[in-house]
Amino acid sequence: MARAVTSQRKLINTGLAWAIGLLIFFPILWTILTSFKTEAQAIASPPIFLGFDWTLENYGVVMERSNYARFLWNSILIAGGSTILGLIVAVPAAWSMAFVPSRRTKDILLWMLSTKMLPAVGVLYPIYLLFIQLGLLDSRAGLIIVMMLINLPIIVWMLYTYFREIPVEILEAARMDGATLKEEVLYILTPMAIPGIASTMLLNFILAWNEAFWTLNLTAVNAAPLTAFIASYSSPEGLFFAKLSAASTMAIAPILILGWFSQKQLVRGLTFGAVK
Amino acid sequence: MTLRTPLCMASAAAIIAASAAHAETITIATVNNGDMIRMQGYTDDFTAKTGHEVEWVTLEENVLRQRVTTDITTKGGSFDIMTIGMYETPIWGANEWLVPLDDLSAEYDVDDILPAMAGGLSHDGTLYAAPFYGESSMVMYRTDLMEKAGLEMPDAPTWDFIREAAAAMTDRDNEINGICLRGKAGWGEGGAFITAMSNSFGARWFDMDWNAQFDTEAWANTLNFFKGMMDESGPSGYATNGFNENLNLFNQGKCGMWIDATVAASFVTGDGSTVADSVGFALAPDNGLGKRSNWLWAWALAIPAGTQKEAAAKQFIEWATSKEYIELVAANEGWANVPPGARTSLYENPEYQKVPFAQMTLDSILSADPNNSTVEPSPYVGIQFAAIPEFAGIATEVSQEFSAAYAGQQTVEEALEKAQAITNEAMEAAGYR
Repeated sequence: MARAVTSQRKLINTGLAWAIGLLIFFPILWTILTSFKTEAQAIASPPIFLGFDWTLENYGVVMERSNYARFLWNSILIAGGSTILGLIVAVPAAWSMAFVPSRRTKDILLWMLSTKMLPAVGVLYPIYLLFIQLGLLDSRAGLIIVMMLINLPIIVWMLYTYFREIPVEILEAARMDGATLKEEVLYILTPMAIPGIASTMLLNFILAWNEAFWTLNLTAVNAAPLTAFIASYSSPEGLFFAKLSAASTMAIAPILILGWFSQKQLVRGLTFGAVK
Repeated sequence: MTLRTPLCMASAAAIIAASAAHAETITIATVNNGDMIRMQGYTDDFTAKTGHEVEWVTLEENVLRQRVTTDITTKGGSFDIMTIGMYETPIWGANEWLVPLDDLSAEYDVDDILPAMAGGLSHDGTLYAAPFYGESSMVMYRTDLMEKAGLEMPDAPTWDFIREAAAAMTDRDNEINGICLRGKAGWGEGGAFITAMSNSFGARWFDMDWNAQFDTEAWANTLNFFKGMMDESGPSGYATNGFNENLNLFNQGKCGMWIDATVAASFVTGDGSTVADSVGFALAPDNGLGKRSNWLWAWALAIPAGTQKEAAAKQFIEWATSKEYIELVAANEGWANVPPGARTSLYENPEYQKVPFAQMTLDSILSADPNNSTVEPSPYVGIQFAAIPEFAGIATEVSQEFSAAYAGQQTVEEALEKAQAITNEAMEAAGYR
């Protein structure tokens, strides 16, 4: 039976939700506002919220100094490529773990997750040397592989959780009707798990987009994505906050827009199977 | 038409074809600061003169340091030129990771590089990096507030005078702090300042056997003086203030004095400053022990050993650190904006001598000696650092302890005890003790 909620309570809850939402969004809003200020206004004390002369000068400087399109294209290729490659590896892996588990499946799942606990810097030198030997330094292909590998445990775990929610009887019925393994995964399992796969894709894309350790350490010119673009505007000796904010806004804009349009899908996927 | 004309034309065509064939694209890793960004804007001039193209990888200072260190130690070959400082250059030069710059052209006039800079960027007398710009540290102060306090800043003040002046200039009601100094953790931030300051108090990081010296009275005096003065006259939250935070405070008229990098002089007298017309300069303070508290630093260009484009890289370094480049910037942006602190001839130029902070910058640089930075003998080279590979890691940890003491999270004595233990443990592990 649904609990009755008073309108006063509703109002409080709504107000609270808005307050928390604004609190979380405020740093992004502040970055966006700062990007339209002059350097002097950006560091003014007390801070200026809206009453300043809006300027596009910082965006002009950033566009003139940096090849934004190249950084953006690299981000799209690296995040998109690693997401697709990750799904190609993770869907069969999650299928076998969900529907044909062995005695060691849970151990393998835990082991996979434990690799995420290793500090990335601990394996920087081995990976760097491997990249030199394989000629992958500053290449998109190399970064796609690394991004895929570091996010693979999360993709497998998420897909495994979603697949576990799908009744095994449906797959058995398909097999009875003569479906091959490939057909079972492609035509039965995948369409049923679309919300889960979509949210996994989106989350992995966002993680790969924002990743700033490997993308900074394994790139120079050709494969540098937007994280390197932002890093080029950070400075401990000089006040460039407005330009840094403009660069940050340009770097996060594509992913913010993507998140905005796909939020329904993302929430549906993340809560998939939460209520039985 | 004689035979000479077609021969000349053929030779010219051959030369153009040959230079086109040898035109390279060099990749340069650099930091994001005003002078470096300005240089990127003039890259076309270099390309027009040599035919070589340039790709820039600009990163924040600490990210760049990690990035180029990884690349050079693994011989990754990602960069043809690296922007490095006085800390890395002698260490990397000793390891033969850098190309010696011992065959620069006569026109370049290598002897014109300020001796202090050339010394700090050399190993065993061989230059391994050419200074793009150099800096020391000095006192930048508000002449109007000093006058209001009834004091006169000497050219070479003592720490006692600075403390007295700071207290006199402090006006909490009007948000004016007598003095702003770096307290932020990090070996290049607060760590650099307190190490340079400790030299003037007779302290040192190590004795001649590489034993840590934080248990000495000199270090206790340094930290107690710093904390006492900053608690009395510094801004609130100074334990987390670095260069940028103090620059911001000074430019908004909220600091009576600021002791920091000489390159900041052009910022506090520039367009972004609200107090540009009332700034004076003085040498960094001392304590009468024969050492001042100023540091020495240079951002320099070096070529990693193993690059395939050594010749083009050398051409770039000669162009970027030349007298001609300085003149190019001066012609377009004024003498106050040229990269300072690298060449003697700059300070002999009558036009540059008109810049208000030029002489004090030169005097500060000349008074810094990285080979003899401490009152008691020490086994290391460097003023605000010890040029050993382990220093950056140790000093970062030590400066975190100091910052915690500034913030009141522990006492000065506790911070020094921890610093002593951290340093000795690391030096033992590294095989120095």
